[in-house]
Amino acid sequence: MPPFQTVLDEHSAAVMAILRGAVGKDGAEDCFQETFLAALRAYPKLVDARNLRGWLLTIAHRKAIDHHRANGRQPIPVAEVAEVAVENGMPEPDQRLWAAVGALPPKQRAAVALRYGSDLPHGEIAAALGCSPEAARRSLHEGLKRLRKELA
Amino acid sequence: MKTATDTAIDRLTARAAEEGLLDVAYATTDSPFGPLLLAQTRRGLVRVGLPNQDSDELLVDLAARVSPRVLEAPAELDEVRRELDLYFEGKLDHFDLPLDWRLSGGFRQRVLRAINRIPYGQTRSYTEMARKAGNERAVRAAGTACGSNPIPLVVPCHRVLRSGGALGGYGGGLPMKQALLELEGVLDEKSST
Repeated sequence: MPPFQTVLDEHSAAVMAILRGAVGKDGAEDCFQETFLAALRAYPKLVDARNLRGWLLTIAHRKAIDHHRANGRQPIPVAEVAEVAVENGMPEPDQRLWAAVGALPPKQRAAVALRYGSDLPHGEIAAALGCSPEAARRSLHEGLKRLRKELA
Repeated sequence: MKTATDTAIDRLTARAAEEGLLDVAYATTDSPFGPLLLAQTRRGLVRVGLPNQDSDELLVDLAARVSPRVLEAPAELDEVRRELDLYFEGKLDHFDLPLDWRLSGGFRQRVLRAINRIPYGQTRSYTEMARKAGNERAVRAAGTACGSNPIPLVVPCHRVLRSGGALGGYGGGLPMKQALLELEGVLDEKSST
């Protein structure tokens, strides 16, 4: 394994960007700490150093889900959709959508988050999930189908 | 200017140290000879990289031989840096730092521990170091042990010379060895050629 500092130098900006998208600016800092502490804990036992980015993004994704759960952000039915304030031209992440993503089965949830939250190509999603690209594509497809139904 | 990610990394390093996840802390520091790499474990100082050595290679080696949990953590090395600064100013003649000897084993480690007891401003021969380590005839091996010293400067392998008084070798280059001996008042600038 390369020195952990190298991993941090190469991937910290990407992890921070993804977490900002997933949990917003305020939660991102805490999730960042949790992500890299978990990674550091597991690092000496990691057997395959070929896809460290995918590995980190998978951990970040799990920490983002934990964050949403801990904050108890459940969708609340409303008659009208409230106007959402926009900061820096970037809309805040859609809490209802994320809650639905969080409720997906683990494989589908990870595939959706890695594809749309982290913008990973199918090959890297497969590597991060430890399955074939075909299986990754299927998980993504199933996940999206379910989301469409839930949110329709 | 520090970005939010830089600040987050600083906090992460501090938390890693608190939670016992920082196996190798390192920092770089300036010296009259150029930048030094300093690396420390929970046992003590484990590696000093001299200016002519490749820091990235040393860190990769530490990751392989000690632990891959290697993080840049300058605050952890404040005391090492302070003592080295004083030494280079000629204001410190004895390092009081815990050392981690794990990168050298057997005869080499015995040679290095013997070297660590040579007082400031004095020199010894490779032959004496071989004898102190328990094998007087292993002079060449004692020379190799000096050359492979993972903690140069603090473990003063620059105080070991050839039996006739010739400088011998130095991992940081002979001009550096000569300058260190001048600093310690062993050589004056005219006599050494």
